[in-house]
Amino acid sequence: MILLAFLAQTLRIAIPYLLAAAGGVMSERAGLIALTLEGYMLGGAFCAVAASFASNSPWAGVLAALAGGGVLALLYAVSAIRFRADQVVVGIAINLLAIGLTRFLLRLFFDSSSNSPRVAGFTVQGSGTGFGALVQNPLVWIGIVVVPTTAWLLYRTPFGLRVRAVGEHPAAAASVGVRVARVRYLAVLVSGMLAGLGGAYLALDQHQFTDGMTAGRGFIALAATIFGRWDPLRAGLACLLFAAAETLQIQLQGSQAIPSQFVEMIPYALTIVALAGVVGRAVAPAALGKTAIE
Amino acid sequence: MSTTEPTMARVGADTPTPLETSATSDRASRRARIEEAVLPPLVALLLAAVVGDVLILTFGQSPGAVYRLLLEGTWGNAYGFGQVLYKATTLVFTGLAVGLGLRAGLFNIGAESQLAAGGFCAALVGLALPPGIPSLLCLPIFLLAAALGGGVVGAVPGVLKARFGAHEVIVTIMLNFIVLALLNYLTSTRLHVPDTLHTAEIGSGVLPRVSDYVPSFQGSAANVTLILAAVTAIAFGWFLFRTRRGFELRAVGLQPHAAEYAGVNVGTVTWRALAMSGAIAGIGGLNYVLGYKHYYEEGFATGAGFLGIAVAIVGRSHPIGICVAALLFATLSQGGLAVNALVPKQMVDVLQAVVILAVATSVPEVRQLLRGARRSATR
Repeated sequence: MILLAFLAQTLRIAIPYLLAAAGGVMSERAGLIALTLEGYMLGGAFCAVAASFASNSPWAGVLAALAGGGVLALLYAVSAIRFRADQVVVGIAINLLAIGLTRFLLRLFFDSSSNSPRVAGFTVQGSGTGFGALVQNPLVWIGIVVVPTTAWLLYRTPFGLRVRAVGEHPAAAASVGVRVARVRYLAVLVSGMLAGLGGAYLALDQHQFTDGMTAGRGFIALAATIFGRWDPLRAGLACLLFAAAETLQIQLQGSQAIPSQFVEMIPYALTIVALAGVVGRAVAPAALGKTAIE
Repeated sequence: MSTTEPTMARVGADTPTPLETSATSDRASRRARIEEAVLPPLVALLLAAVVGDVLILTFGQSPGAVYRLLLEGTWGNAYGFGQVLYKATTLVFTGLAVGLGLRAGLFNIGAESQLAAGGFCAALVGLALPPGIPSLLCLPIFLLAAALGGGVVGAVPGVLKARFGAHEVIVTIMLNFIVLALLNYLTSTRLHVPDTLHTAEIGSGVLPRVSDYVPSFQGSAANVTLILAAVTAIAFGWFLFRTRRGFELRAVGLQPHAAEYAGVNVGTVTWRALAMSGAIAGIGGLNYVLGYKHYYEEGFATGAGFLGIAVAIVGRSHPIGICVAALLFATLSQGGLAVNALVPKQMVDVLQAVVILAVATSVPEVRQLLRGARRSATR
């Protein structure tokens, strides 16, 4: 019973990570650094709440989140691809823009600097926090399906082959007729929509938007992307691992066995270890971050 | 890297090529460099003003009134100006920190945690020192502690990059979370004053505020760390453009393979550059700990690291540019508070993001346009 509760909570925490990390893998495999996941998630979360508040339907919120994450992603793609701006700089600007815009719109729409009013969300009232409530949330199912789907898309479809090609060797891809920029735009758009969906899950699960509510989750998803060595399935496992650590920390909170701050560090520390190559070096796609040079 | 082009001519000028480098072409290339540096920020400000207009209008206010209030609340009175100076001081440090990394071709995203670590170490020293020591006497100790705190945090990604090739962007981001969590743990379990997020006040080393000399600055946090920032900016320029180590650093940033071929140890330059970058950011912590609150408080560094990146980019990693950009971003931050009665201060966050985005996207465009114009002019 305790184990079941543990697994349910792990899954609940992991869903936004899974969605965003799948987006992170798509973007980075196409050669665009996914520093922006945090911004997409925040934008998606706000759009989800604003649209469900206006329409009283969580599905409208989901659509709005796809649009919100997608628009931020397009802005990133246009800056980095069309205008050859530095990806890291633009990525940081997009994150700052998402924070600023959501705050501004929170004041404009809801006249508050901290949180939105309550919205309905997906879960049916009174079904608790276990698996019973989770299976009623369609976003949970999407989150579970998205990882194998991304893997299939990346490894089993022509589009996926092109994504990997433009991320490894864009010049070679271009020489066989792949339209490099278009593939990259698509990959980034998908990543923005997925991460936006992750934000929607977060906001609808908490039934409201609060200022800065993603609280670094986009960076955890980025950590999972890298720790999973840019492979959707491994990144998905990394998300589950990070979520399990968080769950453990929440359940141990009373006992003070391990300070919560040290559990917080786990995803970041593991990522650095993976990058430093202590246990099997993580090697990035060759053209990652290089849209400015071509 | 978008910042490399203008310095290319400078490196070329260091190797004597007879005949070609006449005084006139030198002056022309200097003018070109200035044009390329100044135009993108102007484009960015224009765009930010347009976006600002839209935001202000959606809130049903008049842009003219809001901008007037913004200027009056920042450069229009001594208190507002003092606050701008205070905020700019921190941004000069984080801007220089990021700028030094960029000159070496490295992206230091960790200025926030380096700043926090510097401030934290300074506070530790302050708590350990007996009260009553003259500030000027113990300032060197504080400088050393803050530089060490930030420098160690900066050296980690440097060593990992030099030794294992770990990408410094990701490592510094991840390290931000780790270091801030660690400082949070140390503060909240051992050092904090009950029911607060800050340590006790330090006994010695407090630096005087500007208002101690100019009474009209009363209430503003501007303090003599300001002078420290100016000195650091000058030292930054001297190191980068007048010393061998600085030249090696820039050479690595421009073309690591060529630098290596010329006998520069790229790995050493890399970790040293990031350690120095961290140390500069760390010293920035003194502005808050010695100059303003006199204690370390959780979250005092929030946002200063990312804005430091903005400052370095807009300022083209040049000490003068960085100081100007720091004043610009500090004005926007303080201006947000000034206009809050008319429009949400959060508008300023959006404008800051727009400025960064516009500068980053317009730099390659402007360069191309200027090149084209120059070519057709010489033809």
